[in-house]
Amino acid sequence: MWGRRARAGGHVPVTCPRKTGGTDSGKNGLIMTARAIARTAAKHFFLILGGFVMLLPFLWMVGTSLEQGGFSNYVEAWTKVPFGRYFLNTLLVTVLVVFGVLVTSCLAAYSFATMKYRGRDMLFLLFLSTMMVPQPVYLAPSYVILAKLGWINTYAALIVPWVANVFSIFLLRQHFRTIPISLYEAAILDGCSRLKYLWKVVLPLSKSVIITVLLFNIISSWNSFMWPLVVTHSEELRVLQVGLSYFNQEQSSNHQLLMAASTFSTLPLIVLFLAAQKRIVASYSRSGIKD
Amino acid sequence: MRTKSRKSRIEPYLYILPALLVVLVFRTLPILSSFTASFTDYDIGGFHGFVGLDNYARMLSDARFWQSVINTLFFVIGVVPAGIIFPLFLAILLRGKLAGKGFYRTIYFLPVVTSAVAISVVWTWLYNPEAGPINRIITALGGDPLLWLREPRGIFEMMLAPIGIHPKGILAGPSLALVSLMGVSVWKSAGYNTVLFLAGLENIPNTYYEAAKLDGAGKWGTFRHITWPLLSPTTYYVLIMSTIISFKTFALVYVMTPPPGGGPLGTTNVIVFYLFQKAFDRFDIGYASAISVFLFLVLLGLTMIQRKVAGRKVHYGS
Repeated sequence: MWGRRARAGGHVPVTCPRKTGGTDSGKNGLIMTARAIARTAAKHFFLILGGFVMLLPFLWMVGTSLEQGGFSNYVEAWTKVPFGRYFLNTLLVTVLVVFGVLVTSCLAAYSFATMKYRGRDMLFLLFLSTMMVPQPVYLAPSYVILAKLGWINTYAALIVPWVANVFSIFLLRQHFRTIPISLYEAAILDGCSRLKYLWKVVLPLSKSVIITVLLFNIISSWNSFMWPLVVTHSEELRVLQVGLSYFNQEQSSNHQLLMAASTFSTLPLIVLFLAAQKRIVASYSRSGIKD
Repeated sequence: MRTKSRKSRIEPYLYILPALLVVLVFRTLPILSSFTASFTDYDIGGFHGFVGLDNYARMLSDARFWQSVINTLFFVIGVVPAGIIFPLFLAILLRGKLAGKGFYRTIYFLPVVTSAVAISVVWTWLYNPEAGPINRIITALGGDPLLWLREPRGIFEMMLAPIGIHPKGILAGPSLALVSLMGVSVWKSAGYNTVLFLAGLENIPNTYYEAAKLDGAGKWGTFRHITWPLLSPTTYYVLIMSTIISFKTFALVYVMTPPPGGGPLGTTNVIVFYLFQKAFDRFDIGYASAISVFLFLVLLGLTMIQRKVAGRKVHYGS
């Protein structure tokens, strides 16, 4: 719509008789703007087409969820299996994981970035090396370790292994290093404790990167699937993604219910994304380039 | 005085300790274990003994394993170029000042932050052969409905059948089921790649474009001689990242073509899915670990290339 209107507008100056004095440069200017407008219109045409392709599955999801029964599909899906429980589980896991990541990462990154001690670079390398290995590679031995700890099918299995995140440590360390070390040394000489310096100086100067870490970890924790699928069995411990995947298998012919469940499962993150989209997009692109 | 200095010597380690414990127990230890376990016959009954390279030998003669490798390669070869071409096109359109730029970016990015499980559930419905929207559109336009996620035939086989050619084996190409999964994968990551390309494009100084304009370069010439070469660090990065992500595909396969099987006739059985099945359906940890090590070595090679490229990229900026 938008594209077509812009294009129609673009033709007007070309076909109209010249209104401006009639110098050659004036005519050129008009043709130039007409071309520019046509080009912009063409751009919007393709961009809208692209946007349509990206949005269509979401529109179909919501559309189908409201077929035959409308909103009652949502109620039925919600009550057929304990989605409320799945939501609370996901929320609990996400909150604790993200909180844990923030605490452990800020502490570790602060130590790596500002303090000098033996073995520091080796330890940092040890951390980084784990980033090279993707999760599927060590999934089976992780299960064995959890089994030895007696943690299979517990909240601990969903939370504890994820309360440290090397990528977050890396991002925070990079930022902490930009804070002048002389400031730190002066504060320590003045008798300021290290923890107090972290709390009073470093963290307030790092709000932006902390929010990036926060958003990253909320998204990845909320969406994580393979791990909770493996380490929990009972329905009481299911997180949303696992619950939705089982629901998909059990109700495979009940499309309205499946789409309703998909809609309410994705809604919280979509809302979060729309609320913080600028920052999320920027974080993804920036960290992507840095990594 | 002495105790204080000792305290301050230990202190830096205390800051690392919480993260270190988690990393050691839940990253380093399982990573190392997956190497050692690959030389054992660890299974549901526990550890029985070392078996040398038996698991690796078994891998070489396991037809299902090779099927998963070939499917993964099909997947990567299909997804990666498509995941570069479309996002690059969108990013070029978005470059510079444009009304609604943020709006477009938001929409393109939506599938990136949405969970793979929910997206898979939705696409399973879109692809549904009986009543799904895609087949309804095809029939409305007068075409023949397709089986999509339930179609084991290779796409080349399907395309060439009408003219009487019947390619077999690898030549039949990836099954339509696998191609349907590839489509979802490209769709899901398009927004991320677009944003990466856009960042790369906006790093190219405008003066190059102005100079090209003065020289009378056309659209294609500008792309060929300015955009493409100057964008190459980003393109390499996207290439490697998409390849790594494609190698790790799991949720889409697991949800859209659920176990047992890995799709019709195992044609969507990709390597991580196979690894998962061996480890958690059969609890064949030893064998699964050997597959893990194989996957790790492939990904390590790719990561090394990526590090090199990322290093080059830093120089490019200055």
